[in-house]
Amino acid sequence: MVEQNVIIKTVNLNCFYGDQQVLRDINLDVYRNEILGIIGPANSGKTTFLRAMNRLNSRYLHYRQTGEIIFENQNQQDIADTLLRQKIGIIFAMPQVLPVTIYENVAYGPMVHGVRDKHRIEQLVEESLKKAFVWEELKDRLRSPAVKLSGGQQQRLCIARTLAIEPDVILYDEPCSGLDPISTAKMEDTMALLAQSYTQILVTNNTKQASRVSHRCAFFLMGEMVEVNQTQKLFTYPDDQRTDDYITGKFG
Amino acid sequence: MNAAGIRQKIAFTILGLITLLVVAPIVLIIYYVISRGWSAMSWEFLTAAPRNGMKEGGIFPAIVGTVLLIVGTMLFSLPVGILSAVYLVEYAKDNLFTRLIKLSVVNLSGIPSIVYGLFGFTLFVVFLGFGTSILAGSLTLAIMSLPVIITATKEALEAVPMTYREISLSLGATRWQTVRYCVLPYAIPGILTGTVLSLSRAAGETAPILFTVAAFYLPRLPRSVFDQVMALPYHLYVISTQVPNMPAKLSFATGLVLIGLVCLMNLVSIVLRAHYRKKKQW
Amino acid sequence: MFRKINERIIETAIRVSGFAVIAFVILIFLFLLKDSLSLFRVYPLKAFLTSTQWLPISEPPTFGIIPLLMGSILVMVGAIVICVPIGVATALFIAEVAPGYLKMILKSLVEILASIPSVVLGFIGIVWLGPFLKTTLHLNTGMCGLTGAILLAFMALPTIISISEDAIIGIPRSYKEAAYGLGATRWQTMWRIVLPAASSGIIAAVMLGIGRVIGETMVVMMVTGNAPIIPHSILQPLRTLTATIAGEMGETVGGSDHYYALFAVGLVLFVITFMLNFVADISLRKSRK
Repeated sequence: MVEQNVIIKTVNLNCFYGDQQVLRDINLDVYRNEILGIIGPANSGKTTFLRAMNRLNSRYLHYRQTGEIIFENQNQQDIADTLLRQKIGIIFAMPQVLPVTIYENVAYGPMVHGVRDKHRIEQLVEESLKKAFVWEELKDRLRSPAVKLSGGQQQRLCIARTLAIEPDVILYDEPCSGLDPISTAKMEDTMALLAQSYTQILVTNNTKQASRVSHRCAFFLMGEMVEVNQTQKLFTYPDDQRTDDYITGKFG
Repeated sequence: MNAAGIRQKIAFTILGLITLLVVAPIVLIIYYVISRGWSAMSWEFLTAAPRNGMKEGGIFPAIVGTVLLIVGTMLFSLPVGILSAVYLVEYAKDNLFTRLIKLSVVNLSGIPSIVYGLFGFTLFVVFLGFGTSILAGSLTLAIMSLPVIITATKEALEAVPMTYREISLSLGATRWQTVRYCVLPYAIPGILTGTVLSLSRAAGETAPILFTVAAFYLPRLPRSVFDQVMALPYHLYVISTQVPNMPAKLSFATGLVLIGLVCLMNLVSIVLRAHYRKKKQW
Repeated sequence: MFRKINERIIETAIRVSGFAVIAFVILIFLFLLKDSLSLFRVYPLKAFLTSTQWLPISEPPTFGIIPLLMGSILVMVGAIVICVPIGVATALFIAEVAPGYLKMILKSLVEILASIPSVVLGFIGIVWLGPFLKTTLHLNTGMCGLTGAILLAFMALPTIISISEDAIIGIPRSYKEAAYGLGATRWQTMWRIVLPAASSGIIAAVMLGIGRVIGETMVVMMVTGNAPIIPHSILQPLRTLTATIAGEMGETVGGSDHYYALFAVGLVLFVITFMLNFVADISLRKSRK
């Protein structure tokens, strides 16, 4: 099912905000075209890990990290921000759209990456919306403001916006936390279908979602990675007692 | 009612009376200037040059001069003010350079206008050889206007939600692209409001233009940026202190035009603010 | 490629603009200093700071800053004594007592006051306040320190009101609720809790108000009578630092001692306002914490 070659590899990754260490010696391989779930209680460093993948943490004033992140056999530090973030897109927790039209939201990515041809952009917008399974719902109102959409539609619009820059990896930071069950189901379907061509990392507080969607799953606790395993194994016979306690609801 | 309640009532009444003491003169002054100046107001007053030692005729050259100075001030202060606010909000790290800029803004805002006048004179008029000119006056007023524009722009930029920048950067946009497409468009209303306000201040200033541009009496219009001009505030100063037997109604009318101009600019800024607040989407 | 160059240019412009702001302050200081030093080469600094006479065109001239400084201080003290209590009281009324609609009206009126050009107030001083004070107080002339102080107080009010108001509004609601919980009336809470808690903001307001008053030129030049002598009372004509520069600059010959002396006066003004703003900034920061 999963092609066993590594697209992202972290080596002794440590992350700090000021004096506070939020991630401790994370060694994790991410395989091409897999959906890697990351679960764990609040403040276990999941989001920091996710944002370290495309260096979004560097926006924070007192952030620093040690160790290495290898992306496509290249040290991540050697890749320019703009290129790295074009290759590794992210979907945020609450649907975050720009206060412009649906069309402009999707077209923004290609535009900043220098696509000037109108037809090419139109084509990209249509393709991306189709891949995110919102084309049918939105095709007649591409010129209306994106903020008018429902939460679920906004979140899939965000996926389309990310797909439009043609990334290899998509990061999800608790993408369904603000959504109703039906929208959540649609999101999960979308992710399953995207697995054919993209590598996806899903951070979630919802262990059930991780067990439904992911191929492999990692359990983070207080800045440490306790365990990473095939999802089925992790949710039935985890190697570590703490994982068992968490997924059976003893804490978290 | 108990003693504490009575004391409160007395205290609030006193506070109210003091407030009345502050606002009543404002209304009175405006009323006084309008009522005394209105009779001299005419089309000729607004469109003709002064005559007969400024005791007759109009104030057209002074109006033109002040408008030119406003435009010149804007041309210089707007780009520098906006860009330095962009630097402070979007680029600056927490280092010595940033702190120095912030300290400088605070200090520029406190420097007396007459000191700006001296500085403008020694740097622009003498050192750079611009002479007493629109250019020198505009530059002087522009530096004086910078702190207000920077502060207003800073506030407008900071009011734009962080998430817009986050979205843009996460899509691989550069920092400038992010500012250009996802921050500035949403900050423009606030920037405009602050700019108009600072320009209205500049329009009413006399001390900075005393030695840098203002002409005592020059009934023709300027031909280049190296010409002197008359300006409304300086004209009012001149006719109310230097010209004997000046008909009072002309002074009042000049004051009325000046207040009118400044209030008009303030009104524009208020309307802009209200207009954009309605359209605001976040 | 073209886009990259474009971006480089604009980012350079942004940094240069940031730098320009610092450069302006330094330039202002340096140019004032340069011309002031030209005076001190021929006229001793000590005499400038201690002589009690400002006689720039007598032979030999004396450039003693004391009378001008005294004039500025006297007018400033007068203005501050008038405007601080009034301003703080008005801020309290606007922030804590006035109902919504009245608050709006009052704040707009204060904004209008802030936008009235100083030369218009100076004109009002000449045609109305000066003559009025002269007849009611039986003075020799209405063009005196008191007229200036009143008008300057009026001009400084918007600064004092708006900054004090911000400080008052910024006080955590919990402070007030704790006081109400103990049965205090609104007035007792304002007097015992709100005012002390807002004190550093109010101090900043006073500092900035002093800065405005010391630096104001046109009003004092028009209404204080322009007598460069040490004033013994605020009811006498006097001359401030600012009015001296504004009034005499036009009559000096470029490069003369008198000319440089005016820059030295400007430098003194610069240093005074620099320090006032510095202190105000520190208090403002404290009040925001």
